[in-house]
Amino acid sequence: MKHALKPSQYAILVAVMLTASVGDTLLSRGMAEVGAVDLQHLGLLWKALFNPFVASGIVLLIGFFASYMTALSWADLTFLMPATAFGYVVIALLSRFWLHEQLSAYRWTGILLIVCAVGFVAGGPSRTEDPASEHHELDIMDSGAGR
Amino acid sequence: MMAAQPGDLLRQWSSITGVAALAIAGEVLIASAMRDLGDLDNHRTGPGLKGFLGPVKAVLSNGKFLIGASCMAFNFFAMLWALSIVDLSLAAPAIASLTYIGNAICAKLVLGENVDQRRWLAVLFVCVGVILIAH
Repeated sequence: MKHALKPSQYAILVAVMLTASVGDTLLSRGMAEVGAVDLQHLGLLWKALFNPFVASGIVLLIGFFASYMTALSWADLTFLMPATAFGYVVIALLSRFWLHEQLSAYRWTGILLIVCAVGFVAGGPSRTEDPASEHHELDIMDSGAGR
Repeated sequence: MMAAQPGDLLRQWSSITGVAALAIAGEVLIASAMRDLGDLDNHRTGPGLKGFLGPVKAVLSNGKFLIGASCMAFNFFAMLWALSIVDLSLAAPAIASLTYIGNAICAKLVLGENVDQRRWLAVLFVCVGVILIAH
């Protein structure tokens, strides 16, 4: 099992944690500026695309999808799940320190639990190796071909 | 608060379960596709931006990825529908928690991941954490 991640892989995990939550926050802020969209005013959605907050939010959400898929190519789904949940913590902290909202004790406890969950998983291996490929790698090492 | 008549309760929880099921199917299929493809760096066709065409082509030509992405798209519209009949304060934490638990079970049974005690504990903490944050 792989225990060590490369610095670039840590950077991708940080991107997974930050892009979705910051992207959602930017979309929310942008749509608040654009106003309510109903069936009679669908043209507002086109106008929304040119709002800087909405445009930045979309770019960040595309970045989230790209970084999430890249991470899935070398990490388990159950390894990444707490990292995606960390977005809730980022949103809560943004609302506390950027929007100056008050967080209840329940929310601080929730933040603590998700941080603990990330800590549990980060301490373990990122990927469950296929036993067949593991044996194949050992065979290559035994034969000296991998040196 | 929406009226919680007996018939509505079944409809609300059916929609919550349906949205979570679509999210689980989408995430597990995409994870399986990416596992099949392996490290995307290995698909790069060269240096620079042009080299990224290789990974993009590999991902977009994978059947599991396309079905998984379709499930995620359906999940988005199903979520909008669910929010029309369920309060956000119930829908958001319920769907998130069910999705985390379902993902962990499917990751073990379908993807063959080694979901050890540490990871089950993380799933439990995330579920309770999400419910508390949405409180």
